[in-house]
Amino acid sequence: MPKLSTKWIKKSPWVYHVGTGGCNNCDIEILDCLTPRFDVERFGIKLVVSPRHADVLLVSGPVTYHIKSRLQEVYQQVPKPCVVACIGACACSMGIFKDAYSVAGPVDRVIKEIDPNAIFVYVPGCPPKPETMIMALVKALQKI
Amino acid sequence: MNNLLWYILAFLVFPGLLFTSVFGLVVTWVDRKVSARVQWRAGPPFLQPFYDFFKLWHKELLIPSAGKKAGFLFAPLLGLTATTLLATIIGVTNIDPEFRFVGDVVVIMYLMILPPLSIVWGGFASGNPLSILGASREIKLMLGYELPFIIAVATVLFKVGTFSLGDIIQYQQVNGVLLTQPSMILAFVVALLCLQAKLGQVPFDIAEAECEIMEGPLLEYSGPALGIFKLMQAMLYVVVPWFIISLFWGGTSFHEWGILWSLLKYLVVVVIVVLIKNTNPRIRIDQAMKFFWSWATLLAVVAMILMFLGY
Ligand code: SF4
Repeated sequence: MPKLSTKWIKKSPWVYHVGTGGCNNCDIEILDCLTPRFDVERFGIKLVVSPRHADVLLVSGPVTYHIKSRLQEVYQQVPKPCVVACIGACACSMGIFKDAYSVAGPVDRVIKEIDPNAIFVYVPGCPPKPETMIMALVKALQKI
Repeated sequence: MNNLLWYILAFLVFPGLLFTSVFGLVVTWVDRKVSARVQWRAGPPFLQPFYDFFKLWHKELLIPSAGKKAGFLFAPLLGLTATTLLATIIGVTNIDPEFRFVGDVVVIMYLMILPPLSIVWGGFASGNPLSILGASREIKLMLGYELPFIIAVATVLFKVGTFSLGDIIQYQQVNGVLLTQPSMILAFVVALLCLQAKLGQVPFDIAEAECEIMEGPLLEYSGPALGIFKLMQAMLYVVVPWFIISLFWGGTSFHEWGILWSLLKYLVVVVIVVLIKNTNPRIRIDQAMKFFWSWATLLAVVAMILMFLGY
């Protein structure tokens, strides 16, 4: 397969939101980002409703055993190149759910099982502020 | 031979593919910017639609395993070709009203059905239940708006007594624009309502409802194929208002100040579309059908009767 260019993604990252069993607080903060107050359209960020249109997967929450195969499937449905953004302490490192009986592992470990070359962005915080998320995304995409 | 070259150039460069797509993407930006201002936001940068398009072009193209590959890939191309042809015919007629063939308005009306049909085809070919639902809604919506639209266009055709777009434009150059008469204003309003539905903008974006059936027919599309569909929709944003302006508002001229005036007319139509879009909620498909088959059709018929009475 030819090498696909990531050059344009930083100009128009379309995001798709996957909740993988967090406490729902991160999800609400993600929705906050999309309100007129923060206006992410300034950076070309747009919420899309189908993983087929997405460039960035916003994953929030530790990955539970139930959601693990679904997350992997969603990741495979996203056309490459794509970026996985781990939103919140849970997604980055399992946070307060560490060692819980129902948790399969942090997002990066679960996705690396199927694609070792996946690109990750980590946004720590419990939950991270909307400003943090926007800044993380914009900065991280410049670095790719 | 020379003529053939000229036609190919008209199809690919001006006023066909290149011009309409660039202009259409700019208009998409106007749409997004005005929407952002209405919602008290800053809005996207000027080149955003171009970034989006180039990005989609550089992404992977996935074909769903439940889908039919040939139809899935062919549908966007069909839509793009039809829209380009539409832009070429309308554009060339506007530049030189002497260019005509018998019944070009009828050809334009038929070609205008092809882009929605290509979306329907793509939706069915992708084999996703939500896409199929969206495609079926698109068909119903088409049945809804075609009736009043055809009556509104027929009002103009009967008034001028011709089936050729060039003749209509020339008639308006001699007798003043049609939009000054009450019957034509009514028909124009009906055409604007149908325009909203043809562009799939908000009160009538039932087929692509993002938050209920997830962009319907476009759900399974990714990468370049999605880019072509988005480009086609951007081009329709140019082509359909252009057709309506040619019918009712004297067409566009490409001489000195005429360009500015034409641009202004076009922008007025687009801003009306964007404002309607931003101030209305989405309606259900049965409400849309009822609206088009009762009120819009009634309005169009009244316009037709007024026209025959000489108003
Ligand atoms: S990081 Fe904190 S706020 Fe976010 S899902 Fe986990 S526990 Fe909830």
